[in-house]
Amino acid sequence: MAVKKFSTKYEAAWSDADQLLLCLDTGTWRTKRPVVDKEKCTYCGLCAIYCPPQCMITRPDFFEPNLNFCKGCGICAKECLRGAITMRPEGDFTS
Amino acid sequence: MKEIRFHGRGGQGAVLAARMLAIACVAEGKCVASFPMYGFERRGAPVVAFTRFDDKPIMEKTQIYNPDCLVVIDPGLLKLPTLFTGLNPNGTLILNSAKAFEKQPNENLKLAGVVNATQIAVEEVGRDVPNTCLLGAFAAVTAWVTLKSVQASLSEYFSGDILKKNLRCVERGYNEVKVTKWQ
Amino acid sequence: MKAKQGELKVMTGNSAAAYGAMLCRPDVVASYPITPQTEVVEQLSRFHADGTLEAEMIEVEGENSAMNAVAAATLAGGRAFTATSSWGLVYMYDAVLQAAGFRAPVVMANVNRETPGILAVSSGQQDMIQTRDTGWIQVIVENSQEILDTIIMAFRLAEDYDIQLPVMVNYDGFYISYLAEGVRIPAREDVDRFLSVLKTQPQRTIMDPTRPIGAGSHGLMTEFMELRYRHCAALDRAKKKFDDIDKDYGDFFGRSYGGQIEEYRTEDADFVILTSGSAVGTSRTVVDAKRTEGVKVGLIKLRMFRPFPQEKLIKAIKGKKAIGVIDRSVNFGWNCGPIYSELRALTPEIGNIPILSFIDGLASIDITKPHIERVIDDVANAAKGKPYQAVTWIPLEERE
Repeated sequence: MAVKKFSTKYEAAWSDADQLLLCLDTGTWRTKRPVVDKEKCTYCGLCAIYCPPQCMITRPDFFEPNLNFCKGCGICAKECLRGAITMRPEGDFTS
Repeated sequence: MKEIRFHGRGGQGAVLAARMLAIACVAEGKCVASFPMYGFERRGAPVVAFTRFDDKPIMEKTQIYNPDCLVVIDPGLLKLPTLFTGLNPNGTLILNSAKAFEKQPNENLKLAGVVNATQIAVEEVGRDVPNTCLLGAFAAVTAWVTLKSVQASLSEYFSGDILKKNLRCVERGYNEVKVTKWQ
Repeated sequence: MKAKQGELKVMTGNSAAAYGAMLCRPDVVASYPITPQTEVVEQLSRFHADGTLEAEMIEVEGENSAMNAVAAATLAGGRAFTATSSWGLVYMYDAVLQAAGFRAPVVMANVNRETPGILAVSSGQQDMIQTRDTGWIQVIVENSQEILDTIIMAFRLAEDYDIQLPVMVNYDGFYISYLAEGVRIPAREDVDRFLSVLKTQPQRTIMDPTRPIGAGSHGLMTEFMELRYRHCAALDRAKKKFDDIDKDYGDFFGRSYGGQIEEYRTEDADFVILTSGSAVGTSRTVVDAKRTEGVKVGLIKLRMFRPFPQEKLIKAIKGKKAIGVIDRSVNFGWNCGPIYSELRALTPEIGNIPILSFIDGLASIDITKPHIERVIDDVANAAKGKPYQAVTWIPLEERE
């Protein structure tokens, strides 16, 4: 049969699962991003617990969203008891 | 035949905008074909919608590769390397943005209409739904369809208070769009 | 006597399917949502909620129940409609076979999408191919208006006393299901009138308490074979019946589609291409463009897939120097396009001309104008006697 070069790695619809399973660049889906006010953050961890794709990174004394995967759902901002997280439009961060 | 390509993200109303434009065209006696293409059907995922109109029935069922006009609902999408791909010479762009163009973004782009549709939508509707405002801007910049037809098309999808608010968005888009021309 | 022109409304293919079904006043609708068909169910629900559709809407938990419900409803003498796609069609598979075997005149819209095996929420005709041996009548259409009109014709065909077979109306998912176009909606009274001829026919056998029958009796040996034979004979009759219904529809509503096939610029063509669904629309524009360049190419639109319109195709292709078939699916085992391989069975009648298979448009890959230009160029070369590749998977070719 005619086709000789393939771009797929496997014979069938299989995919590697030995790396991290967060393999989709869902960060590009955002229309708003969470901005953490480090002063207000009391390091309670609720945002990290509630984040659906679990993309809150633990920093020394505050939490930071992993912008490669954060889809901008806003749950962290809603759950933060101190109001330390605000959702800002992505447009503000693009030229 | 004119081919218009809409770029947006899921939830911004790109598909609806393309559809309302189709309705406006039909109201003016034109033939239309409009459809979307999405990857993942979720909020925030890139969406492309295509609308063609002509005086005779439209036969082609393909995506639009050589648009005459681009309507970009999310300013972040200007980063997309393929945004201007295939744009016809003398192409038009309708863009939702707070900032005007400093330089010509693509050599085939000769006409651009920029309006802060997000701000207008937030002011009039209370939410970032920029699509109807951009349709008003489209009517003003291209004159391919009248403001009246665009406004009439909204009642297919909106009624009551939300219709009134979106009609104001259309009108403001029509009046407040800033036009830039290049040689 | 002509029907009224009808209101013009911009609607998607899915919406057109719902309108078509609603206008025929089905007694029972049972349907389960699945992308890219969901809007059909949503629109029918809207019609039901506002009273436009006075049907028993059974909210089923899955497609298998849906088909069982609608097939049973028709056997009780009612008119029934359902819609599905790919995975849903597969889930109802045993009921689909039953419906045909029981001669239940269900009308089903099938929105073409790739079948299980490789997960894809995208356009492809494998689901239509998957079910070609179920004994259903299968037709496939090109745009939103044709969906609406063909569903009305489908009820007329399915419930015809000489036919009594379920009809599947196929249309490409995404490219037609979500395509919004201006569609003329016939007036309900006119659809009633068009279908009223069914009332003048003898009453087909149904479950009637005053004349009890058993439906789905066991078949043995020669009786089994006789019933299969009757089924095949009915499918055979469906060909001319479909043409007649299409002509009646055209005479009354002003729109007809050619019946089993449509021939576009084939009379003086040296060679032809054949395809189905949305690709037909695009092919028309490419054929027109090639014609202005002096290339004498014609297009055959396959509308009826089951029964296979052999006689019409033989007549259309005989005398042509070559034919290319664009399939939006694969024939596992023959490893070429399925419609292509069925066409090859007509070689004794059409002559040993080059027949070329093109596989394209799987998984929502766009069948673009350059693709179709390539098809025409390849078939043109074959028609001139140059060597050709029998099977081409267009998007995978190194040349692309």
